[in-house]
Amino acid sequence: MKDQAANRQDELLEISSGKAEHVYYWHCGHYISPFFMGLRDKKTILGIRCSHCGRVYVPPREVCGRCFKTMHDWVDLGSEGSIYAFTVVKLPYIDPNTGKPIKVPRTDIYVKLDGADTCLMHWLDESDETKITVGARVRAVFKEQRRGTIHDIECFTQI
Amino acid sequence: MERVAVVGIGQTKYEKGKTKNFAELSYEATRKALDDAGIELSDIDNVVTTTNDFFDGRTIACMAVAEAAGSYGRDATNVEGDGTLSAFYGLMRTLSGVYGTTMVSAHCKVSEGSPRKIVNQAFDPIYDRLLGMDAISSSALQARAYMQRFGITEEQCARVSVKNHGNARNNPYAHVPLDITVDDVMRSPMLAEPIKRLDTSPISDGACAIILATEERARRAARKPVWIRGVAHCADAYRLGERDLAWSQPLETAARKAYRMAGISHPSREIDVAEVYDAFSYMELMWYEGLGFCDRGEGGRLIDSGVTQMGGKLPVNPSGGVLSAHSVQVAGLARIAEAVLQLRGEAGKRQVPGARVALAHGTGGICAQTHCVWVLSN
Repeated sequence: MKDQAANRQDELLEISSGKAEHVYYWHCGHYISPFFMGLRDKKTILGIRCSHCGRVYVPPREVCGRCFKTMHDWVDLGSEGSIYAFTVVKLPYIDPNTGKPIKVPRTDIYVKLDGADTCLMHWLDESDETKITVGARVRAVFKEQRRGTIHDIECFTQI
Repeated sequence: MERVAVVGIGQTKYEKGKTKNFAELSYEATRKALDDAGIELSDIDNVVTTTNDFFDGRTIACMAVAEAAGSYGRDATNVEGDGTLSAFYGLMRTLSGVYGTTMVSAHCKVSEGSPRKIVNQAFDPIYDRLLGMDAISSSALQARAYMQRFGITEEQCARVSVKNHGNARNNPYAHVPLDITVDDVMRSPMLAEPIKRLDTSPISDGACAIILATEERARRAARKPVWIRGVAHCADAYRLGERDLAWSQPLETAARKAYRMAGISHPSREIDVAEVYDAFSYMELMWYEGLGFCDRGEGGRLIDSGVTQMGGKLPVNPSGGVLSAHSVQVAGLARIAEAVLQLRGEAGKRQVPGARVALAHGTGGICAQTHCVWVLSN
């Protein structure tokens, strides 16, 4: 009996959370929807200006966090800008869109679009870090088939 | 501010794959904190826990863990954030006049979930998240912006890793004590330029608890009280693209407020020891600057000078810091616990001799969106 109890103590069990998923359906809202429509229908990137402080936000949103004012002044930022920061990711990772492994290296960049005060996150089609510099000029490459998501921009490319 | 003291602390060892479940871990830390203070649960007036539902893998995880932190039959509340913020909340509750003592606890079992996926899910679900951002890639962008702006080198970042992993050898609670060189860090696998394996913190499970008390109640505790002199918290923009990634204004703002409360005008001269939230090696250099330990852009030169090493004028992270044990929302509370040990003179082999004023720092969010700065003294 004593030995059986000791055996039970030695066994520390694990249990898995199972395969059930939690699926959400997020509304993009009244500011990101026009932003995605701009990508899908006009191949352009929309920002929004705070009429109080003058900052141009991209992606656009309702409230300027600094002034706490509603923004109304839409700005067409086109598709060009310069690199603010970049990293070449070499660690394999799971694509959140598919749950499947995605290939690396992959280059993440922050782009300061011309006319914007904030940076837009995306990818660059260059994975040799010696060929990338902060400040380099880049342009958005749009997909042929666009669905109104951030993936309507394939990536950015150096001009 | 009325005087509030830390009268008890408890920590588990930090390691990966702990077999205790999260309530067992939390109980270990809170029991240790009570024993350390020489008081019983009946002396605790209220409880603040720290949870993250994604890491715990359950909704309102605070409900499930609170009893193990002493909530039964008393007021209990929760913070979803870093432990320094829970402690701040606990301090405010103690100052309210309603509660004479507050138990503040934090636990995290990072190794049980999918930490990279969880951090990815902290990003905006309809934008940044879909580009695959996680802690390492976003921090690599921040490191790049910081190093580019101020000419900080990868070797200077590596020196932080060498120092902190080396210090961890003196801390029995640390997860990753290492005897390494700058070359070892530089040669470790590149994860996301310019961040290499040894520039990153480990995946650690663990728990920490501290007990706060008013001056009157502190007198009844067994330990010499450690006094809270100044605390402040400040938030940056949520989106990384809207922040100045190379310089943390919210850290400087929080530090200045905390210093003003504590009556500190020359932090680098008046603070004897600091425990900061170095989730990545470059962060410690950025935090030196924001905390006013050196001028803006001088973080690299400060590590080169040796000032922040053990034996230097302002040792930073004698415990080994977050680089040596990263149990996410526990990590900030552990910084306070370590500061308390230093001020009691009970930090063992990692003791900074004669420490009188200590700083503890915690961060929350992606690339440290929020900063909480604590100044304590004995």
